[in-house]
Amino acid sequence: MVGNDLAGRFFNAFGLPIDGGPKPEGKEVAVAGPSVNPIRRKLPSELLATGIAGIDMNNTLVTGQKIPFFADANQPFNQVMALVALRAKADKIILGGMGLLNDDYLFFKNIFENAGALHKIVCFANTTEDPPIERLLIPDMALISAEYFAIEKNEKVLVLLTDMTLYADALSIVSNRMDQIPSKDSMPGSLYSDLARIYEKAAQFEEGGSITIMAVTTLSGGDITHSIPDNTGYITEGQLFLKYNTDIGKVIIDPFRSLSRLKNNVIGKKTRKDHPQVMNASIRLYLDAVNAKTKLDNGFELTEYDQRTLKYSYEYADRLLAIDVNIDTTRMLDIAWELFSKYFSIEELGIKSTFTDLYWKK
Amino acid sequence: MMVINQNSKGKVHGIISNLVIVSVDGPIIQNEICYIIKEDIPLMAEVIKTSGQMAYVQVFENTTGLKIGAHVEFTGNMLEATLGPGLLSSQYDGLLHDLKSMKGTFLQPGDYTSTVDLERFWNFSPTVDKGTLVRAGDWLGSVIENNVNHRIMVPFTLEGDYLLENIFPEGSYKVTDTIAILLDNHGKQTPVTMIQKWPVKKAIHVYTDKPRPFKIMETGIRVIDTFSPITLGGTGFIPGPFGSGKTVLQQSISKQAEADIVIVAACGERANEIVEIFAEFPQLDDPWTGRKLIERTIIIANTSNMPVAAREASMYSAMTLAEYYRSMGLNVLLLADSTSRWAQALREMSNRMEELPGPDAFPMDLPTIISNFYSRAGFVYLNNGQNGSITFIGTVSPAGGNLREPVTESTKKAARCFYALSQARADSKRYPAIDPIESYSKYLEYDECIATLNSTFSDDWLIKINLLKNMLRKGKDAADQINILGDDGVSIDTHVTFWQSETIDFVILQQDAFDDIDCRTPLERQKFMVNIVLESISKSLFFDSFEEVRPFFKKLINVFQQMNYREFMSDEFSNHMQELHDLIQHNTIHNPVNL
Ligand SMILES: Nc1ncnc2c1ncn2[C@@H]1O[C@H](COP(=O)(O)OP(=O)(O)OP(=O)(O)O)[C@@H](O)[C@H]1O
Ligand SMILES: [Mg+2]
Repeated sequence: MVGNDLAGRFFNAFGLPIDGGPKPEGKEVAVAGPSVNPIRRKLPSELLATGIAGIDMNNTLVTGQKIPFFADANQPFNQVMALVALRAKADKIILGGMGLLNDDYLFFKNIFENAGALHKIVCFANTTEDPPIERLLIPDMALISAEYFAIEKNEKVLVLLTDMTLYADALSIVSNRMDQIPSKDSMPGSLYSDLARIYEKAAQFEEGGSITIMAVTTLSGGDITHSIPDNTGYITEGQLFLKYNTDIGKVIIDPFRSLSRLKNNVIGKKTRKDHPQVMNASIRLYLDAVNAKTKLDNGFELTEYDQRTLKYSYEYADRLLAIDVNIDTTRMLDIAWELFSKYFSIEELGIKSTFTDLYWKK
Repeated sequence: MMVINQNSKGKVHGIISNLVIVSVDGPIIQNEICYIIKEDIPLMAEVIKTSGQMAYVQVFENTTGLKIGAHVEFTGNMLEATLGPGLLSSQYDGLLHDLKSMKGTFLQPGDYTSTVDLERFWNFSPTVDKGTLVRAGDWLGSVIENNVNHRIMVPFTLEGDYLLENIFPEGSYKVTDTIAILLDNHGKQTPVTMIQKWPVKKAIHVYTDKPRPFKIMETGIRVIDTFSPITLGGTGFIPGPFGSGKTVLQQSISKQAEADIVIVAACGERANEIVEIFAEFPQLDDPWTGRKLIERTIIIANTSNMPVAAREASMYSAMTLAEYYRSMGLNVLLLADSTSRWAQALREMSNRMEELPGPDAFPMDLPTIISNFYSRAGFVYLNNGQNGSITFIGTVSPAGGNLREPVTESTKKAARCFYALSQARADSKRYPAIDPIESYSKYLEYDECIATLNSTFSDDWLIKINLLKNMLRKGKDAADQINILGDDGVSIDTHVTFWQSETIDFVILQQDAFDDIDCRTPLERQKFMVNIVLESISKSLFFDSFEEVRPFFKKLINVFQQMNYREFMSDEFSNHMQELHDLIQHNTIHNPVNL
């Protein structure tokens, strides 16, 4: 059942209201419908700004993208996702909660309510109190509603799916019951196709509507070679890793393992031209600092260069990687140049001279 | 879709996802195509096993809603490709249905569009005289398709010699119009049109000889051309964990490689990645002809959300188109991303058929299937003495990034070039993340290939490349030593060795696929850079302390990088050359011991 009535409402996996409101009016549509003809898609190339430099500068997102947070269970992924959702200029935010703790469900409800964004939220939730098998319906419910708003209303829709690991676990329960030959990690052999069917619903349509999917895949002990994150990584357009940085005592977006595949569609094109090179140089220098830290841990003396990279890394983490940053991309790039000039010589950057001529200040 | 009456018919007897069991009323052949009629909509399917009166067919569509008892019509034909002018610049699904002429936003099952435009007129000109003896694959005439001389050939399915009884004069024809009449030795006439059909799972064999490939194919990617070159007619594969750069690398190759025709098979990967090709290729220039890239390109898309059963077919469809253009004496580049998704599709079906599973539940004959597929590539001499080639490069997506798995291992036996992408290089943004030490090109062991390399570059080319590779290996050891013993626990020479390899890494191996100039380095420029880098780092440099080593090399690397970003031999490029000269000069004057 889809229709305008969905906005502002909370449902269970069968689309029945759980917010005490009436049953929505609208038309019935079959779930798991056909796929969009690739010819009818548009190249996703509209910047989705979050204000977080670890995302906007290093892993720029675009509308129509599909990207998960890879996070350990104790990391604040739901908080970051809610923050990003509220900052992204979406017309609708559709939350698909699978195996949500009741507290988390209430967290999402409150944060959207407090932000005055309730009118653009649609929520389908399966909490830990509901049977796990029902989770399998959640993504279809969320995405079929998303398609309604994106295709029929040409709206920019952001779909949040949390936690896809619990979804995959439910898949494996079903396939084991059906006696299918299990593949790696006792997951069904069709896990790749099953997940792709969901994530590929993300699209930019010709008429301007879009479906962006942001998901959470919890890891066990940070292991990304496990079938669930592994297959997810092969499907999504990058992934975002959260990491606790002990130097500054804050959660940062890990610049090494995080990746946005679609950033190349916008960086240096919709953002300032020096963006790609500044991004790469700043991450490389941060890597040098990580190496310096290893040296230090192994009891070796640091060179003068090592010391500079370390100082740079604290400031880079605090002013750009931390998730509490909220600035625009031009400001991010300016800060990066400020740090470059403060700690390094021009040859240490490896940036095209056309850009150093413009932005290098010393 | 034409269904001829005397073919067998059947009824749906059982359904296991997209494996459907059909009871049949007459003879059928293995791999025969049939249509299952689901509420007036014909769903295309292929016979994969027969047993008594039962046929096991794999349906190329989602079978949701299909009912037992549904009517089935067999066609008497195997899965065929329609070959003719109009293929170039097209976008197809895995079964070669034209995506552009399908209706609506969504792909609707049963919306089977024609591979080539049957109404379009082409200007045909004959190139042989009537009375000539001809056989399958011989060129009868040509039309100009985009920029390509598209040969109209004697149908590949014809066996033996034929007399060209009549050939039509130059003029405007539809692909279905007769352009020639052949006579066999029983006096039977066979009309020839500009299109023909070929069963995709069989190789097109209209050549006289298939020698070992020997000529380097320029990709413009330094780490490939310089370190592990691929040849015209060669095979290669790119395994790597997710996000390591397989697709970006293949797309760079598809844009830059020295090929007449490029066929891109998007096999079970992201739709947005081919949307990128749709968006970019009509705008970008082919560096070899100056025309638009889309003009030499064919795209076959069976993305991850399209029917899994058509994934197997999509690879064969792509290879058949490649063989068709090779038979015209053209150099075809075929790229498939990712062959692992193809293997997974085979696995899904094999599991449904309850076949005895091999390693990781893949079918037992996976290695054979893979090696047969790779063997369809190659450099060939045609009947008329001309040559053509299919260069094939596939990506492999190993589970967990672990190369000890069936698809990688089988492919390693079948492909001659191995471009291993390393997670560590990708994480530190050292793109393309090809591991220079693990990767190889077997063509460097072929005498005939070495000979063409030497004549393309210089007589001592291979010696130089081996020198560079050795420096990279030593650099790796040096890095390990520094890590274990500390900066001042090793000799200054160890630091120099490390930084020599860093220079090679930053200047030759790394290449920015998104920079307009750096993305493509022609062979001439690669040769120049190899020489100048080798010359610069081989100077016996003197340093007072290890602390001086890094700054010197950082400067050196920076100048080289600036050169990579500039137009070859432009004024700016020359300025950087001067800088380089000064830098080295300065260093040697600074350290007179060296002179
Ligand atoms: N040569 C390059 N230059 C710059 N960036 C690159 C290069 N190669 C890869 N990248 C970066 O790495 C990202 C991932 O690359 P790509 O999509 O090709 O990975 P992949 O190996 O195909 O992954 P998957 O198996 O999931 O499809 C790109 O989006 C880009 O940001
Ligand atoms: Mg890829």
